[in-house]
Amino acid sequence: MTDQQSQAPAELASESSAGLTATGGADLHIVDVTKRFGSFVAVDALTLTIPAGSFFALLGPSGCGKTTTLRMVAGLEEPTDGRIVIGQDDVTYNKPYKRPVNTVFQSYALFPHLDIFENVAFGLRRKGVKDVRPQVESMLELVELSTFARRKPTQLSGGQQQRVAVARALINHPEVLLLDEPLGALDLKLRRQMQIELKRIQTDVGITFVHVTHDQEEAMTMADTIAVMNAGHVEQLGAPIDLYENPVTTFVANFLGQSNLIKGSVTGKSGGDVLLEVQGSRMAMPTDRVHSDSDGVWVGVRPEKMKISHQGTAVNGENSMTGTVTDASYMGVSTQYLVRLPWDQEVSVFSQNLSTEGPIRVGESVVLHWEPAHTFALDASQDADAGAEKVEGDS
Amino acid sequence: MSSATLERTLMQPPPQLPPARKRSVVARLWLWLRNHLIQFLAGLALVFMFLPVTIVLIFSFNEPVGRFNYTWQQFSADAWVDVWQDEQIMDPVILSLTIGLIAALVATILGTLIAFAIGRHKFRGRGATNLLIFMPMATPEVVMGASLLALFINMGLDGSLGTLTITIAHIMFCISFVVVTVKARIAGLDSRLEQSAMDLYADERTTFRKVTFPLVLPGIVAGALLAFSLSFDDFIISSFTAGSTITFPIYVWGAAGKGIPPEANVVGSAMFLVALVIVLAPEVTRRRSKTA
Amino acid sequence: MSPAPVVGVGGKPPATDEARSVGSNKFTPYALLSPGLLWLSIFFIVPTIVMVGTSLQSGSLFDGFTFTWEFSNYTDAITQYADTFIKSIVYAFIATVLCLLIAYPLAYTIAFKAGRWRNLLLVLVIAPFFTSFLLRTNAWQTILSDNGPVVGFMENTGLLWLLNSIQTPESWPEWLQFFPEGITATDRVLATPLAVILGITYNFLPFMTLPLYASLERIDGRLIEAATDLYSSAWKAFRKVTFPLSLPGVVAGTLLTFIPAAGDPVNAQLLGSPAEAMIGNVIDSQFKVTTNYPLASALSVLLMATIVTMVAIYVRKAGTEELV
Repeated sequence: MTDQQSQAPAELASESSAGLTATGGADLHIVDVTKRFGSFVAVDALTLTIPAGSFFALLGPSGCGKTTTLRMVAGLEEPTDGRIVIGQDDVTYNKPYKRPVNTVFQSYALFPHLDIFENVAFGLRRKGVKDVRPQVESMLELVELSTFARRKPTQLSGGQQQRVAVARALINHPEVLLLDEPLGALDLKLRRQMQIELKRIQTDVGITFVHVTHDQEEAMTMADTIAVMNAGHVEQLGAPIDLYENPVTTFVANFLGQSNLIKGSVTGKSGGDVLLEVQGSRMAMPTDRVHSDSDGVWVGVRPEKMKISHQGTAVNGENSMTGTVTDASYMGVSTQYLVRLPWDQEVSVFSQNLSTEGPIRVGESVVLHWEPAHTFALDASQDADAGAEKVEGDS
Repeated sequence: MSSATLERTLMQPPPQLPPARKRSVVARLWLWLRNHLIQFLAGLALVFMFLPVTIVLIFSFNEPVGRFNYTWQQFSADAWVDVWQDEQIMDPVILSLTIGLIAALVATILGTLIAFAIGRHKFRGRGATNLLIFMPMATPEVVMGASLLALFINMGLDGSLGTLTITIAHIMFCISFVVVTVKARIAGLDSRLEQSAMDLYADERTTFRKVTFPLVLPGIVAGALLAFSLSFDDFIISSFTAGSTITFPIYVWGAAGKGIPPEANVVGSAMFLVALVIVLAPEVTRRRSKTA
Repeated sequence: MSPAPVVGVGGKPPATDEARSVGSNKFTPYALLSPGLLWLSIFFIVPTIVMVGTSLQSGSLFDGFTFTWEFSNYTDAITQYADTFIKSIVYAFIATVLCLLIAYPLAYTIAFKAGRWRNLLLVLVIAPFFTSFLLRTNAWQTILSDNGPVVGFMENTGLLWLLNSIQTPESWPEWLQFFPEGITATDRVLATPLAVILGITYNFLPFMTLPLYASLERIDGRLIEAATDLYSSAWKAFRKVTFPLSLPGVVAGTLLTFIPAAGDPVNAQLLGSPAEAMIGNVIDSQFKVTTNYPLASALSVLLMATIVTMVAIYVRKAGTEELV
């Protein structure tokens, strides 16, 4: 990647150049932004700061408002309320061509009547750059498409088109690069490859990436920070590990991976721990993992944190419950169990296949146990199914 | 059952197989026809469409006895050589070509503007506009020609009917066809391409110039070609608005009673071949470049 | 999480979110529409109005025409030419049906079975356009000539006799006699209704094929596959799924065929005898030869009124809104 600075013509500089630096410069501030379509609220008083140079993901199911937010940052939609600020510049009502922002569209939107070279050079030409060749050639090298320069987009595969779309956006050295589910149309293997590619490019180039996706694995792999969105607002924001290990709402708990949620209540405190009563059993958990103001809670444990042992095994210092195995799916690396608990709830357990005896059989009585530090507690008034994947037969 | 036994058992053919079914040649032919009935009928339709064209082409090489060119006499390429000198034919041909070009040009401009308005903007009276566009395509030409003549008479122009009035009429009925053609092309345009252009620092005007227009251009060209063909070939409306001016179709009509000379067939065939080349050329180059 | 950088004037918010057209300006569409619509208004709408006016005039070319609310033009038109009207509608109707039957397999093939040859086939459909239609219609005189192979074949197979026997019963009133001597004569096809109908069918085939194709092309091929899978036969799948989905194209195609066909004078003139004269011929000769402008105008208005009524009923029944 060359370190040629991009020319910054007058039209790009917005009103003041105070906050703009050449690469990876400015913070992106979304301030109290609302977007209404008629009576439907797509984005609800969203406030978010995306730090300069970070790889930021907006994660959520379809319809949660993440794409609308992205389009407002790009200038393709106008907020009904609120402001969008890049660095020191309020760009809320700026046209897209007056923002230091570029977008990689979900469908790539490559210009079919121009060849790859001209597609990539498009932004530079609009900014008045005279000799685009060096920049275009080095950008094509970056995405490994140098030999395709004179082909037309329709002659390229999906993965190649995607790389052209990224090149076309990056070459303009925007303050912020917006990616709208760019990997959605690719097959699994290619997607994995591109995830690594994009992450590498972002680290090399240092530009702020805002990546919109509904694929939680993708977000966790690529992003430094994730904002989980639902119905127009942010449910939780943080590093992938924080969101996953310590979710604060049932939506986040179910949307990222899977969670077992069991009804329980807070009974007291002890040192740094909180004491719980869960369906007749006593449990404990760290105070900072309780995310509920009321005493009624959903006690949450991830399936891979639960250990499954034959009935009667000693479980000192751990929270535990007893149950019966109703399903055991052998999956090579692990076995996925469904265990029915005495109060007729079924929980999932992912157990790594470490035992030489083979998986525990259906019908066996077992004890489930886990470290108290792996427990999290959420407000019981929340919907325990929020964010979960719908399965056939669910009402 | 062990893994190995399972494998052995399931990978053998069953002991009792039902007898294989054979098909006779006739049955296979009948089956092919049934499966390809639609294509067969389509082929018949194409034959039907091209039969008269073939006759026109063949009879341009005829050397008729007397004036009437309905029965085959003998092969002669004389008509192809003579036609270019024949003023009686060439004057109307050139006139029709000229009118066609002008009418196509004006109708394409007017029609394209309308198509963009309909396809890209909001405005009131959309239903009425669509109706106004549709009606000339669907009105019988006799009615359109007659009413135009009535208009010209009432304007006192019945003495000066000629090229101008013909051209005016042709532009009128071509507009609708251009609108339909261009509108279809605009509708197929992905709006995200324009958004992408704006994202890449092109303002509205530049976006139109660099992205929208080039992508709609094939539709505009198609509309222009269509307008030209309709104008060149128009007889009925021209007959009402021409006065004593003779376009090529008017010439053919006049000759129909007295015997259409093979030279007329030459013009018809030549137009056909030229147009075919024009329309097929981009196709051929497209296929060539794809394999490159 | 709420910073407060305020520097920078970002430009004014637009009035509404609605008018987001490229090059937006509330007057742009009207400016774009005006030239074309103006042309159509002056040279299509106004002439139609003038024609209606002329239909209520009386007089002659020598004495001049004056506007006298002469409704007798209409009564004359109906009494004198009712049979011609009926004949034209019947011919146009049969031709439209034939057109549909011929064009549908063609359009279907191009839409679903053509693959790489699709564009080529479309060109082939339009190609005959480029040869003067008068020359092509004239060519039918050669094809259907009395001593030619086609007529010979029809005579020998008895087809000619069969078509000749399809006649409107003598008991029917005068104005309903559209096949007084059968669809063909016993020894020829030219100068009989069949030739005219064939000619009309031939001429309007592209007008039927292209809208049909446009409509069929939009159908997702997988729907048809699924239907063929679910229904017991391909015909049933067609009847229940494909045809209903192609209905907009069918409606557009039949309208673009029937309406001009009803008023066509060329085929009747070139391929028929005076007995096959259609309303288009009458209007044509009344205008140009007899110069009875009021009567000719009345005939035109009646023709358009008939057509518009039939179309309105038809479109309502078919239930489609977008015609183009």
